Amino acid sequence: MSAVPEAPAVPRTLVGIEGVSRRFGDVVALDEVSLDIRQGEFFALLGPSGCGKTTLLRILAGFEAPDSGAVTLDGADLLARPAHRRPVNLMFQSYALFPHMSVAKNVAYGLEREGLPRGEVSSRVAEVLATVGLTEQAGRRPHQLSGGQRQRVALARAIVKRPRLLLLDEPLSALDKKVRAEMQLELKRLQHEVGITFVVVTHDQEEAMSLADRIAVLQAGRVEQVDAPVRLYERPGTPFVAGFIGANNLFEGTAVGEGLSAPGLGTLPAQGGLAAGTPALLGVRPESIRLGAGGVLSGVVADVSFYGGVSHIAVRVPGHERPVLVATQGPTRVTAGAEVGLGWSASDAVLIAR
Amino acid sequence: MTAKHDLAPPGAAPGPTAGRPPRRSSRRSRALGTAGARLAFLGPGLGYLFVLLLVPLALVLSYTVFRRGRFGGVVYEATSENFTRLFDPLYFHIVLGSIKIAALTTLVALLLGYPTAYAIARLPRKWKTIALVAVVLPFWTNFLIRVYAWVIMLSGPGLVNEALTGIGIIDKPLELLYNQGTIVTGLLYSYLPLMILPLYAAIERLDPQLGEASANLGARPARTFLSVTLPLTMPGILTGCVFVFVPSLGNFVIPEILGGGRSIMVGNLIRDQFLKARDYPFGSALALAVIAVLIVLLFLQAWASRVYGGTEGRRG
Ligand SMILES: Nc1ncnc2c1ncn2[C@@H]1O[C@H](COP(=O)(O)OP(=O)(O)O)[C@@H](O)[C@H]1O
Ligand SMILES: [Mg+2]
Repeated sequence: MSAVPEAPAVPRTLVGIEGVSRRFGDVVALDEVSLDIRQGEFFALLGPSGCGKTTLLRILAGFEAPDSGAVTLDGADLLARPAHRRPVNLMFQSYALFPHMSVAKNVAYGLEREGLPRGEVSSRVAEVLATVGLTEQAGRRPHQLSGGQRQRVALARAIVKRPRLLLLDEPLSALDKKVRAEMQLELKRLQHEVGITFVVVTHDQEEAMSLADRIAVLQAGRVEQVDAPVRLYERPGTPFVAGFIGANNLFEGTAVGEGLSAPGLGTLPAQGGLAAGTPALLGVRPESIRLGAGGVLSGVVADVSFYGGVSHIAVRVPGHERPVLVATQGPTRVTAGAEVGLGWSASDAVLIAR
Repeated sequence: MTAKHDLAPPGAAPGPTAGRPPRRSSRRSRALGTAGARLAFLGPGLGYLFVLLLVPLALVLSYTVFRRGRFGGVVYEATSENFTRLFDPLYFHIVLGSIKIAALTTLVALLLGYPTAYAIARLPRKWKTIALVAVVLPFWTNFLIRVYAWVIMLSGPGLVNEALTGIGIIDKPLELLYNQGTIVTGLLYSYLPLMILPLYAAIERLDPQLGEASANLGARPARTFLSVTLPLTMPGILTGCVFVFVPSLGNFVIPEILGGGRSIMVGNLIRDQFLKARDYPFGSALALAVIAVLIVLLFLQAWASRVYGGTEGRRG
């Protein structure tokens, strides 16, 4: 893959979404959404349930038309084409397998619509069923399969067409944790192998983080931020993203030269960028906070939990409503009730305008 | 319970459920518990069926092998002549003709009913209810009155002719009554709701995402209809066809009133054998012939709905 972050070449846009809005009665499902999805990338749409992710995929697939806005594929108007003429395949959230057809028939359906010769259809079906590990289930009906197997049939049915763009709507949400981790690897491998552009919808941020080259965070029909997973985590651009992505300690106040002036807490260090006096939010990750005397803040340890690799320590800081969360490597010697100081370096904290 | 079960009268139409795996029934019998409890639940229904269906049926069956008395009634003397008479061209023709009329009615009802049911199933919820009430609305009026209404509309000086002459399309009234077309029209009018309701139930249960999946895989709308919609609504189609064909085949009121009172359909023939000719044995043989046709039909339906079975993928 050429998606090395420092790659100088400007990646080619495959799908251009410009100012797309869609409302259902009073509900604004999509509000002026603009996104560029690049050729060959693994793009994730992340957001809480009901934020418009499925609606956006349905617009791309042609089942739904936007009230306003434009969508292009390779620079050509995509909205003008009916659903069955789009080089876009969707893996449905509920799989939508044809119950009256065998696994092989389900997978062959799309190829038959292209009018390919029988021999080629069956060899490509066999090939893709081998890829997803369902060769032995080829003759079964969907209701004779487990949830994980059905999901793989849905995936096979969508990729066998070798579309320009593959849309996956919460592809792994019905699976248990272990199968899910396996399938995530599988998806990633597949994307590298077949070289299709993937757009995956999820409300699971870990899934988005581990899979995607870039993530768009959606909230109430609006795009909050589009970035690579690491940047999204380290440099959240909006209060919503700061609170939504990963555990974060957030402090309210106003930006000052060297950080954030938080009422009752004093001045907290952060890298600036905001004009002094701007109402702002400071975000600092639990793993960026050091415990020890002489920090910026001090408080009393309320709770310690040990998770094997890391320990989570919740510290009550007078003047701050929620306990400050600190993560340390391995077991910690701190116990509940202890007085501790909390500190972090300015470069580890972000300031976000409110 | 699904909508389909709500619409089907109890005990009718084995069709839509026939293809299901036995899982359901075993769960049900466990819920009913002991044999005693089962009997208490089944007793009234079985008793009803036994007294009002099986006993008269057995009577009719037994009549078929006896001779008619000279002045009506039955002489208990075995004979096969009732069955040979069935193949007398005079009667055989009527039986075949009735099957044709019933089949034509069923076909037209399917062609008219499918788009209607489809449209209703895709309406917003509120309009759906209104449309369904409209479909069954004719049932609220007496059947005979509705059939006579057709006579008034189609007769020589009737509404249709008046309208047509009034706007100058024709000069002389048309012969609209008393032919096969009139009978089909009357049957269609009477039984179309019985086609629409099971079709509606089947289409309503169809997951609309399956159609979208089909389009997404490159199928034109017509292909989606043939490969996805039609096979998955086949149980509803079969049920609707049985619901229309069965009463159409045996009907004698509509051919009597709209067909001009001649023995055009087997229903009239049977009625005449019992009430006019007082030939119970032959009337019974004719009735048996109709029952035989219907049994074959039900087997076909059960078989077909097993082939198209697969309850997954429909919204339940
Ligand atoms: N066909 C529809 N009719 C009415 N409201 C809809 C329809 N589709 C989606 N919505 C509404 O639009 C919003 C976004 O829905 P959706 O795109 O499914 O969200 P997500 O997939 O992110 O959970 C929700 O509030 C949902 O209720
Ligand atoms: Mg969704």
